[in-house]
Amino acid sequence: MSETLTNPSGAPEWSDLPVQTRNERFASTQPEDFPAISARQLEWRLSPIDALNALAEGELAGGHYDVTVIGASYDWVPMATIAGRAGLPEDRVSARAWSMTNDALHVHVDGSGDPVVIHRDLDGVRAGHLVIEFTPNTHRSVIIENHGTVALAENVEIIAHDGSNARVIHLNEWDNRALHAASHFVRIDKDAHVDHILISLGGAVQRVNPAITLAGTGARIESYGLYFADGGRHIEHQVFVHHKAAQTRSNVLYKGALHGNGTRTVWVGDVLIGPDATGTDSYEANRNLILSDGARADSIPNLEIETGDIAGAGHASATGRLDDEHLFYLQSRGITESEARRLVALGFLLDIVGNIGIAELEERLTATLADALDAVESSA
Amino acid sequence: MATLQIIDLHVSIDVDGGSKEILTGVTLTINSGETHAIMGPNGSGKSTLAYTIAGHPRYTVDSGQILLDGKDVLDMSVDERARAGLFLAMQYPVEIPGVSVSNFLRTAKTAIDGNAPSLRTWGKEVKKAMTDLKMDESFAARNVNEGFSGGEKKRHEIVQMELLKPLFAVLDETDSGLDVDALKIVSEGVNRVKASTDMGVLLITHYTRILRYIRPDYVHVFVGGKIAEEGGPELADRLEDEGYDRYLVESS
Repeated sequence: MSETLTNPSGAPEWSDLPVQTRNERFASTQPEDFPAISARQLEWRLSPIDALNALAEGELAGGHYDVTVIGASYDWVPMATIAGRAGLPEDRVSARAWSMTNDALHVHVDGSGDPVVIHRDLDGVRAGHLVIEFTPNTHRSVIIENHGTVALAENVEIIAHDGSNARVIHLNEWDNRALHAASHFVRIDKDAHVDHILISLGGAVQRVNPAITLAGTGARIESYGLYFADGGRHIEHQVFVHHKAAQTRSNVLYKGALHGNGTRTVWVGDVLIGPDATGTDSYEANRNLILSDGARADSIPNLEIETGDIAGAGHASATGRLDDEHLFYLQSRGITESEARRLVALGFLLDIVGNIGIAELEERLTATLADALDAVESSA
Repeated sequence: MATLQIIDLHVSIDVDGGSKEILTGVTLTINSGETHAIMGPNGSGKSTLAYTIAGHPRYTVDSGQILLDGKDVLDMSVDERARAGLFLAMQYPVEIPGVSVSNFLRTAKTAIDGNAPSLRTWGKEVKKAMTDLKMDESFAARNVNEGFSGGEKKRHEIVQMELLKPLFAVLDETDSGLDVDALKIVSEGVNRVKASTDMGVLLITHYTRILRYIRPDYVHVFVGGKIAEEGGPELADRLEDEGYDRYLVESS
């Protein structure tokens, strides 16, 4: 069973593609198993093919890079011995990143305490593979700070072992020229709980697709995304949540704001509730705020249910402009229109920031977003 | 001493296939320190008058004037009107996700005064205004009106009025949906601001109940988009006994 909501502003140019359940999607670590990327393919139909060909064709540097890891031990481990425990590539760029990476960066998180920080400032055209592993019963946050001008094709595996409580915050604050195509594979074992928070700012193109497997009974995911796209950027997230085990819970909420001619965001949310995933509860939602003419948001939630026994399943999608009644209320208290617009837009985005749970990072992001919205308002 | 003048005001709204005139010639003058009650049946245009004064874009002024100390209010944007000293306590305040009450109040106060309030005294001022309106301090950290009950939203409107200290406040059915305790709390708030700032009040209501707590100097009966009768507080007492039927018969 599959249902698709198409963006009313865009003709569904992929309508000649066959309906496919997410479960049947092909996976391989071999790039040659996938054709050259094109808008005729389901998973690339809304993506900027020309720009992404920098990663889908040609050489990717796959060696070690400079990284700072604070609060956890790490090492470089040959791909063959460590990769593939949380998922396998489902598209060409992911398979290329997989096959062209020599060693994976393995970050080993245990115990409790201050957040682990992984800081990277990358350039060139490269592939990477990052494995973040939470040992059983670990209660910890990891912040991945990404900067630089890089064109990066990467796979990230996050493994939350039994009973762990993991929060992973991806803070992608790329340089305006950067290209970032990543697949995140998140495996959540028995009674483990993961908060997966994806903050996408900057870059020319960002295409970050988390695939989350609720593998063990009682596993839970809170999947949050926040994106701010302006200046013609393309920011895309295809989120897949697979309820494989019974009594699993998922909550997905992505919110984004768009501004500027040619700016584009894409959100595709697939939730698959497998035949053994009885008693599960899932919800996914995407909300977009369009701040100017000429920007386009696509938002497509899908839900497939293969068992008759679920506790709940729902989805929601809304794309719109600032609410005139919100602006009127603030203006009626003396606040100028541009300040009112900024406040309401910031409020919309802070909904996600509030889930980070690390005060210092929340404050820094709030300031970053306020600055970004200031720039938008002063350009109006 | 300030004066708010409404002169032969005609206002319409867009409806399917054209426009519909709601206000059909309203003339009214309010001075500082005065309380004017506007009373009338549902659909008589009371709220339209309130929102037109505040400048809501839904309402089109076809003719007439609104002057604040001689200055043309209709020429001002919504926020300029507020900064000029007009305040509308809304009947249905909207919820604004992600904007905290404390941030909202500080931003509004800064906009109205033209500079940020003193850090030293502002916190205490907010706390006192909220305590006076029997709102728990925890509301300051909540998002504007989000999850507030009807009564809490109304009290929050009056908290804003206390802090922003307008020259003239329009209270749009502030009494509707309030129980008697909440009505007393809200009315005390209005009376307190009046006493301390000499604010003029335009009190829009369907019922005479609130007039037991906020004593009007003038009562205007609103029917069919204009004032049908004017008088002192005794007119409210008469409405209490007779209702609006008399006017409705006359106007139909």
